[in-house]
Formats: sequence, C-alpha cells, structure tokens
Amino acid sequence: MSTISAPFRPQSSVRQTPTAGENYVNAAYGTRSWLLTTDHKRIALLYLVSVSSMFIIGGLAATLIRLNLLTPNGAFMTADTYNKTFTAHGIIMVFYFLVPVIPSVLGNFLLPLMIGARDLAFPRLNLASWYIYMVGAAMILWVIFSGGIDTGWTFYTPFSSKASHTDVIPAMIAIAIAGFSSIFTGLNFIVTVHYLRAPGMTWFRLPLFVWSLYATSLILLLATPVLTVALFLVAVERIFGIGIFDPALGGDPVLFQHLFWFYSHPAVYIMVLPAMGIVSEVITCFARKNIFGYPFVVAASLGIAVVGFLVWAHHMFVAGQSVYAALVFSLLSYCVAIPSAIKVFNWTATLYRGSISFRTPMLYILGFIGLFTLGGLTGLFLAALGLNVHVHDTYFIIAHFHFIMVGGTVMAYMGGLHYWWPKITGKLYPESWGRISALLIFFGFLLTFLPQFVLGYLGMPRRYFAYPPEFQVLNVLSTAGASILAVGYALPLTYLIWSLRYGPDAGPNPWEATGLEWQTPSPPPTHNFAEIPVVDCGPYEYSGEEVPDHGH
Amino acid sequence: MPSPVELFPARAAEIAYHVDALFFFLLIVTGIAAVGVFTLLIFFSVRYRRRTPPRPTPRITGHIRLELFWTTTPFLVFLVMFWWGARIYLAMAQPPAGAIDLYVVGKQWMWKVQHAQGQREINEVHIPLGQPVKLTLTSEDVIHDFFVPAFRTKIDVVPGRYVYEWFTPTVAGTYHFFCSQYCGTNHAGMRGEVYVMDPADYQQWLNLKSEGSLALEGRKLFLQLQCITCHVAGPKARAPILESLYGATIPLRGGGTAVADDNYIRESILNPQAKVVMGWEPIMPTFEGQVSEEDLIKLIAYIKSLGPGQTPQRNEESVPPPPPTETKKTESP
Repeated sequence: MSTISAPFRPQSSVRQTPTAGENYVNAAYGTRSWLLTTDHKRIALLYLVSVSSMFIIGGLAATLIRLNLLTPNGAFMTADTYNKTFTAHGIIMVFYFLVPVIPSVLGNFLLPLMIGARDLAFPRLNLASWYIYMVGAAMILWVIFSGGIDTGWTFYTPFSSKASHTDVIPAMIAIAIAGFSSIFTGLNFIVTVHYLRAPGMTWFRLPLFVWSLYATSLILLLATPVLTVALFLVAVERIFGIGIFDPALGGDPVLFQHLFWFYSHPAVYIMVLPAMGIVSEVITCFARKNIFGYPFVVAASLGIAVVGFLVWAHHMFVAGQSVYAALVFSLLSYCVAIPSAIKVFNWTATLYRGSISFRTPMLYILGFIGLFTLGGLTGLFLAALGLNVHVHDTYFIIAHFHFIMVGGTVMAYMGGLHYWWPKITGKLYPESWGRISALLIFFGFLLTFLPQFVLGYLGMPRRYFAYPPEFQVLNVLSTAGASILAVGYALPLTYLIWSLRYGPDAGPNPWEATGLEWQTPSPPPTHNFAEIPVVDCGPYEYSGEEVPDHGH
Repeated sequence: MPSPVELFPARAAEIAYHVDALFFFLLIVTGIAAVGVFTLLIFFSVRYRRRTPPRPTPRITGHIRLELFWTTTPFLVFLVMFWWGARIYLAMAQPPAGAIDLYVVGKQWMWKVQHAQGQREINEVHIPLGQPVKLTLTSEDVIHDFFVPAFRTKIDVVPGRYVYEWFTPTVAGTYHFFCSQYCGTNHAGMRGEVYVMDPADYQQWLNLKSEGSLALEGRKLFLQLQCITCHVAGPKARAPILESLYGATIPLRGGGTAVADDNYIRESILNPQAKVVMGWEPIMPTFEGQVSEEDLIKLIAYIKSLGPGQTPQRNEESVPPPPPTETKKTESP
C-alpha cells in the first residue's frame, strides 16, 4: 500500500523488529488489568473512553440547544431547562473534554513513545489522575442529571454566589476535582520530558507535539490552582456569607471575573496548544517535508504559554474596568495573536515543494488550518476595544471561540486520532469513510458557525432562550449546519469501532513517518521499545537529502 | 417593519459610524490575510500534490528573513487596529457635558428607567433625536448589561456601583435593547425598545408623562429620612452642608481626598464610615436597606441640584427631630 519510494530518515537508526508478538493490549486480560494498570498506553485508552463519553453527552446538550433555537420563542424547552442545558454543554465540553482530551488521550499514549521512554515519570500518579478525573466527571454528571445548574460555565458572581438556586457548590467541587487531575498530568509530563528523553533526544530534536505538550503542562500547573481558589471563594461566600464577591456583603463582583479568567484564558491555550503540536506532526508526514522554522514554532508555543497569562482582562472590556487597564490588555491581546500567526505561516511554508497526499489525517489538519485561521482573524476584531464593546457577549463571541475550540482543537484531535489510530490499535480504518467524515465536519462546521458571526454583529446576545423574530433565518441555518456536524462526528465513532474488529492490520509504520513512536510495532509492546532507541537527528527528516551534521 | 432576514444591524448613533468603519477596515484587512493564506494553501496543495511515482522533496528547514517578515508585518498592522479601537473606546468612556441624564436600574428581569423630570418607564426608553444622552446605571441584584445594537454600545451593569453609557441618536426609530450579561431564568426576556423621537414629539411625550422631577422627589426623601437634621445650614449642623457638593474634591478625615461623584454620594449614604469628610465626626448611621436603588438616584439628583443657600430649614416640614444628642455622645468618644 505504500506509495512512497523516496528515502526518509527515522529519528532512530535502531530499527525495532516488528514482531506480531505480545503488545500492551494482549499482555493481560480482565477488568482488573485495565483498572489497575500503570501503563501509560492503557491509561490513555481509559481516558479515550471517558472523554469520548463526555463529548457525546456535551454534544447531545448542544443538539438540544440548537433545536430549541429553531423558533424565536424556544421550540420545546422552558427558559430554566434551556439555561441548564447550555450550562451543562459548556461545563462538560470545556472542563471534561477540551482541556483534558489531547494531553490525556494522545499525550498520554504518545509522549513516552515519542521521546523514547518506557512510561511517564510517575505511572501511578498517572493512573491516579484518571481516577480523580472520573470522580469529578461522575460528580458533575450527578449534578447535571439530578436537577442541573443554571450559572453558565463561567459562574459569574453575584449570580452564582447568591442568586442561583441550583447546585452550584457541588458543581464547583466537581470542577475543582477535575482540575487536580489536570495538575497531576501536567506535572507528570514536565518531569517526563526533563528526565526520560532517550539518548540523543536533545531539546531541539523533540517532536513539536512534545514541545506543545510541555508548554501546555506549564499552563496546567500554573493556572489551574487559581481556578480552584476562585471556586473555593465562591463556596465560602455561599456557605458562610463572608463577603468576597457580593457587594451587599462588601465584596466586589468583578473580582471573581479576574480570578476566573486568569485561569480560563490560559485554558484556551491549554486546549489549542496541543492541537497545534498535532498539526506539525501530521503536516510534515503527509507533505514529506521538514517543518519550516522549527525553532520559531517552538518559540511560538512558549510565547503563547507566557503571554497567554497576560491577556485575561480582555474578557472584561465592558465590565467597567479602568480605561487604561483596557488599553494595556488590548495591546497584549494583539501580541498573543502573533505567535499563532507565525505557526500558520510556518505550516503553510512547510507545504512548499512537498509531496502532499490527502489522507484522512491530512484532510482534518488542513481543515484545522483553515478554521483556526478564521478563528484567529476574528479574534482581532475582539481585541479592538471599540469594536469589542459592540460584539461582546453576543453570538460573535460564540462563533469566534467555537472556531478556535471546535474548528481548532477538535479538528486537530480528530486528525491526530486518525493519524495515530493505526499505532494505538494496530488497525486501519476505511480511508474513504474517514475522508467523508473530515469533509462533513469541515463544511457542517462552517454552516453552523458562520451565520453566528452575522447574528452576533446584528446584536443577538448569547445565552438567549428566546430572540426577536428577525434572527430566525440565521438560527435555522446554524441548526441545519449542526445536524451535518452531528453526522460528521457520528461517522468516526462508528467506523473506528468497526476497524477494531474488521480493519486490516496496519503494520508498524503505515504512513512511513519518522518519529520514534513509529519505530516500534503497532500496537506497541508494554514497555514500548525492545531496546531504548538512540536518536541521531531531528524529528522530521522526510526529504531524501543528506542531513548535515551540526556537530555537538 | 423589520424584514424577515437581516444581515446588517440598523445604525442609529454617532459612535456607530465609527464602530462600523473600524469593522469594515478589519473585515478588509483580515479578508486579505485569509485569502492570502488560503490561496497559498490551495496552490501548494495542487502544485505539490503527490505524483506517481512520488518525487523526492528538498530539505528546507526555514528562512530567517521570511520569519522576521511575517512576525513584524502582522505586528505593525495590529498596532493600527489597536490604536483605532482604543480611540473609539476612549470616546465611549467620555460622556459630553450637557447630555440628557437618564437613570436606569436593572433587576431580575426588568429595566426601570427614570428621567430627570421624573418620568418613569419600564423596558422602554424614550429619547430625543440628535442630543447626547447619558445613562447612569446600577443593578439591584446580579450583573446585567445594557446593550443597544443600533448604537453599537453596551456596559455591564454591576450591583453596588454606578456605571455610565452614552450615545447621540442620529436616526429616529425604534430599536431593540437587550440585557447581554447572563442573569438567570428570564435573561432573554430582559429586553425592550429604545424610541428615538423628534425633539418636538419627545417634548410632548415628556409633558404627557410629567411627574415631580427626580430632584423634587429627592428633596421629599431628604426631609422624610431626616437627613436635614444633621445636614443643615448654620451653627446647628452636625454634618457637612451639601450645597454645591457635587463634583467637588473634598478632603477626607485621616488624609486623602475624594471627588463627590455619584458613586461617592451613594457610598456615603449606604456606608457612611467609609470616607468621612475632614473635620466631622463619623456619626452618620447607614441607610443600607432603608433606601432602594431608585430612591438613591432621587437623593443624588437632589444633592446634585443643591445650589448655595438652597438647603431647606430644619423645621420646614414639621418632622419631629429624633433624640439626637444622646446618639451623638455614645458614638463619638
């Protein structure tokens, strides 16, 4: 099936003999062998099942939202049910899907493989992270299905601290618990990258996916505790009546927004940085090229991680903050857009003089670049202060961040899942179905969210259960797009599961990729490598040309 | 009548022209960027698609000058966007002198509007064409947001403080306004209409709806709440006289100064110990829970209107004074 004749240079010259012997899947059987495993690959699969389930629940909530918006007065839900539904959608998708999905599933599986390690630095902590995630997930599902909460995923005070009559505190505890899972995963990744790289795997030979996971882990470790603190303070006010956010008790409601966005803006980069890493892996493989500007792509990741901490108050341009603070945060918001632009330009330049094949992962990744570019460009509208005032809290915002989080993160995750599926399972999925799903998701996404930009500029506020009738046509278009999107997501769920049983064997390296993870059998053996590989070049030596020796 | 499909919102305030100009500038610049990137992506995808047999690819690892070019170019363009957006934002933050004052109180889930001459409305705002209008807003419960899409402006209405929003309507007509900060069950119902009227019609409307002015209402409250007992002119005063207070910079007990704006007066009524005027004892009790947000607005309107020599006599309304002397002694050591 290989169509590549040009030579390429894997990162390790130690070729592992691909034996069809024992691997991490068939090494042990039974529920206990999965629930008590410390193998990063098995834990990644536990996460895959968990976050996919959360994605389905969050997606069902999105379906209900879009259906209800078909008519101006709400098609079938009461206002309270609608408010609880969008809250459930936001909380599940942000805290239980988008934040953990790429690090915990693909990162967990691939990080040790890509740096030539046998596992993460702390395998038992890794398993504990999953259990902590599951406790948080079970708790939030209990809250949602036992009555729901109606604060929105942003928990703004004093609504959340005094006005809401729903189970705000249990929901916050659930989110704080899930946050510890993130903190532990971030810690584990950072230590692993520092200490477990294979011989010869220098920092500037690290695959870009590893770099992006490293940058993400820094944010997870530094930002998540602030969210925990903010949620804790709301609980203190609700339970003990200590005035922190409620002005009637002498508190400041806007303080909560500062604390919340100090986590939740960097959280956007927690979601999108690993996605960018996947793009670099896939685009080099299917264009058979070195990444263009490796050091600049790395610097962009770290730049995003740092500057991402300094832009939180751009969520508060109409919250009555000081005009001078707003000026500073606007300028910094423009600065944080530059590293993302650098990445898009480098990916595009990587295609130059390549040998590009349009397999399923590549279609998803090209879709990512298109949608992420549009999402990023619309962010420039929001960073402009005078314009932000008009579109703030409207559907323009909704459209913008769905372009980044769904058009960006989810597209790249799907691309990564299709790229590494043969490695994870040892099986190939039906290629034509894969391509159809990528196209359906891309066009379904555009139809869902482009009308929302128009709605936002027209002035339709977010979180509106009912709306003036002149907004109906655009809402119906958006719902039509969402139904295409739903089919697009249902397809991979079906054929990927199908491939587990019926898919042809993939072999160790179906894409003829250079990374270390491809130099071991598929699925990999429990300890990843028969012998630890020795790395003697960078990660993307796809061209047939001689690799110059830089000397050490 | 609104057409069944709208693609662009009505534009009915001066600032809206500036906002839309910036919007179209951004649309064009980002449009050029998007078309540029997509053209390259598609061109490379076609031109360098994999052939049979595949051709070897060159080893290209980067190009420093190109990197510098596409780092600095966006930055310079971004500076223009920043500067333009900042200019509009600064203009939005500075209400012109002489604007018509409107007072807006948000609560779950309605907007209460008071005009300076005392007219009151709910979920409706009547304003004249061509004159700047300044809203002073607060909330009784949670954070709301007063958003008029046709004017391209909004502000979060935060409880416990006053915020301001202003606009100069340029086209007569009826426009939606929305609460755009999520505030609970009926958030989507917390909306209404702004009526921009010809000045003559507006005057007629004012006359029809006329009641006592806000300042007059405030004066009644001032006497009724016995503020006059202490804030009285002459030797019997036990608190600062409030004539010509509004907007003045006042020295504070314990050092520092404060500007006597809406927020200061509001705080001094609800939490009098926070900023006591130099030379006076902190003897004033709190009125938290005794005056509603709407009453506060009336009191402030009255204090605003108080000119030199206009403080009423203490006995003007025959309200029996409370036994103040004892209170004073116990509270000031």
